[in-house]
Amino acid sequence: MKELVIISGKGGTGKTSIAASFAHLAGNLVTADCDVDAANLHLVMSPVVRRATGFSGGKTAVLDQGMCSGCGKCLELCRYDAVSEEDGIYKIDKTACEGCGVCAYFCPVKAIDMVDDENGEWYVSDTAYGPMVHARLNAGGENSGKLVTLVRGQARRIAKDGDFKVILVDGSPGIGCPVIASITGADAILAVTEPSMSGLHDLKRVVGLAGHFGIRVLVAVNKFDINPDMTDKVLEFVKNEQLEMAGRVHYDIDVTLAQVEGKSVVEFSDGRAASDIRELWRNTAESLELEV
Amino acid sequence: MKIAIASGKGGTGKTTVAVNLAAIAQLNGKRSVYVDCDVEEPNGHIFLKPEIDSQQTVTNPVPVIDDEKCDSCGECGKICHFNAIAVILDSVLVFPELCHGCGGCFHACPKGAITESPREVGKIEAGRSYQVEASGKEGIGFIHGILNLNEAMAVPVIRAVRKMIPESEWVVIDAPPGTSCSMVATVRDADYVLLVTEPTPFGLHDLELAYRTVRDLDITAGVVVNRAGTGDSGVGEFCAREGIEILAEIPESREIAEIYSRGSVIINEDEGFASIMAELMKKVEKRIMAEQR
Repeated sequence: MKELVIISGKGGTGKTSIAASFAHLAGNLVTADCDVDAANLHLVMSPVVRRATGFSGGKTAVLDQGMCSGCGKCLELCRYDAVSEEDGIYKIDKTACEGCGVCAYFCPVKAIDMVDDENGEWYVSDTAYGPMVHARLNAGGENSGKLVTLVRGQARRIAKDGDFKVILVDGSPGIGCPVIASITGADAILAVTEPSMSGLHDLKRVVGLAGHFGIRVLVAVNKFDINPDMTDKVLEFVKNEQLEMAGRVHYDIDVTLAQVEGKSVVEFSDGRAASDIRELWRNTAESLELEV
Repeated sequence: MKIAIASGKGGTGKTTVAVNLAAIAQLNGKRSVYVDCDVEEPNGHIFLKPEIDSQQTVTNPVPVIDDEKCDSCGECGKICHFNAIAVILDSVLVFPELCHGCGGCFHACPKGAITESPREVGKIEAGRSYQVEASGKEGIGFIHGILNLNEAMAVPVIRAVRKMIPESEWVVIDAPPGTSCSMVATVRDADYVLLVTEPTPFGLHDLELAYRTVRDLDITAGVVVNRAGTGDSGVGEFCAREGIEILAEIPESREIAEIYSRGSVIINEDEGFASIMAELMKKVEKRIMAEQR
């Protein structure tokens, strides 16, 4: 079983469009959408939800005004500016609360409870290409890293039980907790970038992160024809860092049109981008020896 | 005035709007400040090319155990909600990368065996940008946070950046993508939030999430549609249904994409785009004044 994670550093470089196309081309695999706070893969994979489960990743402090003695200990101890006081009335702002429980622990009259957050839901679904695990984080939800770990763990379990050879993970932008949770222990990363100063800057950060975890990195340049000079700079970086170049994809309006139709690019179109993505998939599958 | 630029979906043009909104304000004689809170992947500096004049590290206070005083009572492990400290057999294990720096163990230890030591998680740089011609002015104020590589938690860096924001008549804050804790920590005390989206199903889906997040925070939001003319009509219909104002539409343009890819400030090179930004600035200003009245 091999696990490939698609990430990018910078958002909007085409991770999800490529992931959906890969699923279509692979035909039989487990997919996992680990971009839990802006999940989009389900919009182009037509999943049929088989099971939905609530997710609670952390806790929030709730103050019982009736029990509060107004001593101010919570305000003194909170390091997240979540406690405020006005005319002797104390309040906890749940959007600032970190869930550390320090206020509840030290409240002399036990007026503060730590209540489980409802952070979102995660789903196991069927698609035309095999099972899919995805999730929805509630607005402003904490603990996206925990939810990512849960989604990936489920995907692995399903792959193992069903003897699937490939897990394809759609990751999130950035380099923080959800990304770290998406890539640790994976077999390889496909970093999708675009030929811009920002794209290259963010690619470098992601490659640095992958290096720290000792994960193999393949690179794809999306919309490479927007700025050929910048594409050359990306290629130079890939060469200098001794990374593997997996392919490049033309800018093509069909990528947007496929999304509007709720389909993957290769399913919707025979255009330039679709043919580039087919080649990208062939290179990736061959290089990683994916059994599909 | 503090205006946060957020989006839900990544790559919709947050940084483009944030940088150019800061720039157009400067050009119109305002004292403008650009603040980059997308600390995982800060990009504003690529366009504004600031001269950095101050730098500071962001640290998280993590526990250090004095083995002489510790009697392995386990109270520290009990208070910690993040599994960052645990007593196993007779020794205390600390996992600094899991520590949120709440100080719980430090306060709870009955033996006074815990002290706190700063652990670097990121840095902040501040300076001024002179990319925009604005006669008689001192350049655009610039602040950004950078999360160290291999660090998971962006929020402490974002909080530290926010504390450095000066009082100014025009502050533009570039938020991270998504709708989770990092985005909330960035926008929560903004006077107004601009949600930048694109007219596609992905853009719409993430706009809905971002809008709900901002509405829950009780902040007024308006929408900027980038790459208008591509995709479908879903974003427009959603905004009409929810009564959200679309303050600007930036047309799909190869020229804008190319200027962006080179890392240049777009208002300097594209008049059409500059007038859209000028119009956007005036509208945002009016909405905030109306709110404050």
